[in-house]
Amino acid sequence: MTPAPREVAVVATSQTSSYRRFDDSEPKLIMRCVNDVLGHTRLDRNDVQFTIAGSCDYLSGMPFAFVMNIDGVGAWPPVYESHVEMDGAWALSEAWLRLQLGDIDVALVIGSGKSSPGRPREVFALQTDPYVMAPLGMDPVSLAGIQARALLDAGKASERDFAEVVARSRRDAQHNPHAQVARDSTVDELLGAPYFSAPLRTHDLPPISDGAAAVIIAAGDRARDLSDNPAWIRGIDHRIESHHPGLRDLTRSVSSELAAGQVGLADAPVDVAELMVNYSPEELILRNALGLGDGTTVNPSGGPLAGHPVMATGLIRVIEVADRIRAGLASRGVAHASSGPCLQQNLVCLMDGGG
Amino acid sequence: MARPCAVVGIGQTDYRRQLDVTLDGLVRWAALEALEDAGMTFADIDAIVIGKAPDALEAVMMPELSLADALGAVGKPIHRVHTAGSVGASTAITGATLVESGRYERVLVVCYEKQSEGNATWALSGGRSGGQGAGGTFAPWIRSYISRSGAPEHIGWKIAVKDRLNALKNPHAHLRIDDISIEKVKESPMLWDPLHFLESCPSSDGAAAVVLASEDVARRSPGPPAWVVAHAKRTEFSSFPGRDTVRPLAGVDCAEALYAKAGVTDPLRQIDCAELYVPFSWYEPMWLEGHLITPEGEGWKLTDAGETELSGGFPVNPSGGVLSSNPIGASGLIRCLEAANQVRGTAGDYQVDGARVALGHAYGGAAQYFAMWIVSSDLNPDFR
Repeated sequence: MTPAPREVAVVATSQTSSYRRFDDSEPKLIMRCVNDVLGHTRLDRNDVQFTIAGSCDYLSGMPFAFVMNIDGVGAWPPVYESHVEMDGAWALSEAWLRLQLGDIDVALVIGSGKSSPGRPREVFALQTDPYVMAPLGMDPVSLAGIQARALLDAGKASERDFAEVVARSRRDAQHNPHAQVARDSTVDELLGAPYFSAPLRTHDLPPISDGAAAVIIAAGDRARDLSDNPAWIRGIDHRIESHHPGLRDLTRSVSSELAAGQVGLADAPVDVAELMVNYSPEELILRNALGLGDGTTVNPSGGPLAGHPVMATGLIRVIEVADRIRAGLASRGVAHASSGPCLQQNLVCLMDGGG
Repeated sequence: MARPCAVVGIGQTDYRRQLDVTLDGLVRWAALEALEDAGMTFADIDAIVIGKAPDALEAVMMPELSLADALGAVGKPIHRVHTAGSVGASTAITGATLVESGRYERVLVVCYEKQSEGNATWALSGGRSGGQGAGGTFAPWIRSYISRSGAPEHIGWKIAVKDRLNALKNPHAHLRIDDISIEKVKESPMLWDPLHFLESCPSSDGAAAVVLASEDVARRSPGPPAWVVAHAKRTEFSSFPGRDTVRPLAGVDCAEALYAKAGVTDPLRQIDCAELYVPFSWYEPMWLEGHLITPEGEGWKLTDAGETELSGGFPVNPSGGVLSSNPIGASGLIRCLEAANQVRGTAGDYQVDGARVALGHAYGGAAQYFAMWIVSSDLNPDFR
């Protein structure tokens, strides 16, 4: 029997805008967030007991690119920190586990990425199996198209459903100061656009973005000291599925279902869900997997279709939910992050305002 | 609150070039050996943590995705660590954290590198052509150590010989140089003054794995557990005016935190042997001093007196170390698991007699990332 987790909460958040091209360095993006998030708590860099960041060397095409990112965090005197080559949401998961040990109370979590210097469609093709898939040039957009086609063929969705996700996301993004793509578009206008990678149209894809995000999490009374309205993390779980699309039912997200079960998502209603919908059809799959009904507001920020700073995108979902809980706009919410082609790996973070 | 964690299974591939094994095959080889050692199968594992150095070394981005099937991870959590050269030890520490957190009972940790798939020196130069590589970065700091400590030049040669002699006892080792000698080392080509070819690590392929378990599981495991008594990590900037690159403060701080957690007050006496990350010969005395095992300026004397040999008072790298096998992303985990091998009494021909407490260590980047653990045959070793 797993013991109940130690109480840990998000006490401060920060994110940069999602930029089509940020002309300065990734450490600059990070430094901006770190300064901001520390300012919200009046913590000094030396008060942070553990730092963990998520980023990806391949985005800048430079091995060990993450080493430079430490310049934006601060590491003198030396710090206790780590790095995952994953979205910042997974860094949060490790930080949350680290705080469970009980010897430290405050952790800083960062996610950052600049996609603009490269060609993401080519770069992310390198995620596929190097022996049997990568030689086929299976890029992420084509794989997302295959998943969208599976939904259509199974009668589980229509192209109009995809367009409705996009129209709503872009409309909601108009209220998000960090959003990159925010405008009113009607579903019929969207359906009139040509295919990019059928059945996907350009607007079904996320924008190419640069950006960063950071959160401070703290345990127990330290969280109450640092914030009047912490967003308590009730559980984080992540699961992966087979890498081979042919071995999966692409119309479901089994790993999201598993992760949601682990955190007890279905135990009570959730007011808000921020889902890492990189391609519009994914929202339909994720809503089903997480069992979200009409009472849950999905992606009020506009989601990744409005801004997709890779490696921060998942952590930003956590921030968007935490911010709403902390502002009293929601009492229980779920954040979701994904990695890999066709939603291969999924993370679920359940939060509430406590009581 | 933190629960005890132990190494209950160890697996290693051969570290020579593996041109006929895929990446999937490589990680699965190590994982299956570790599981067999632990008396488990993939079905028993609650979570998987993988680590490796830059993805660009094999041109596979976020390889936890394509390796999920080979590692039995489908339906489970898989987490990926990357902290430069220290990554193997960092990954072991993350795995231990998962167990200590109370959320997972059995965690499989796997690290690998397949240097034959790419060009590591290109990658270690930040991907820019014409880079200096790791040796080019470290050589000036080694020269600085020599001038600061007054160590004689044969120290580096002696370590190169010692680690290769140890490697002859390790069936996994990449380099097996039967006729290794001081003469052979000093006559090998000069790569980065004062480092000769034979004072440098090889480019290896390989994977290493450990199964980490909670106390309940460890007590029921078929083999002896190696208890993770303490672990620590520290990081500092790669470059700034006044930085001590010979004795980085992050390395000193990391060792201090580690010893404090373990209750070690006299590491040279209380720790029985160490697997230190020594990719270039001179890093043995530099880390003996930089991690407070000897006073400053005294590390090379321990080496010179033969104390770091397998039969010495403080054996360093009884497995042959990074100088004999360097699958980069795995090298730190190999240090950690070889420390565990010593305290479990499973180190075979390179077993240190009576080893009960051992140190596993790795460093990375511009000697700025440090990760270490202490393992023991006792859950609560008495250091009096």
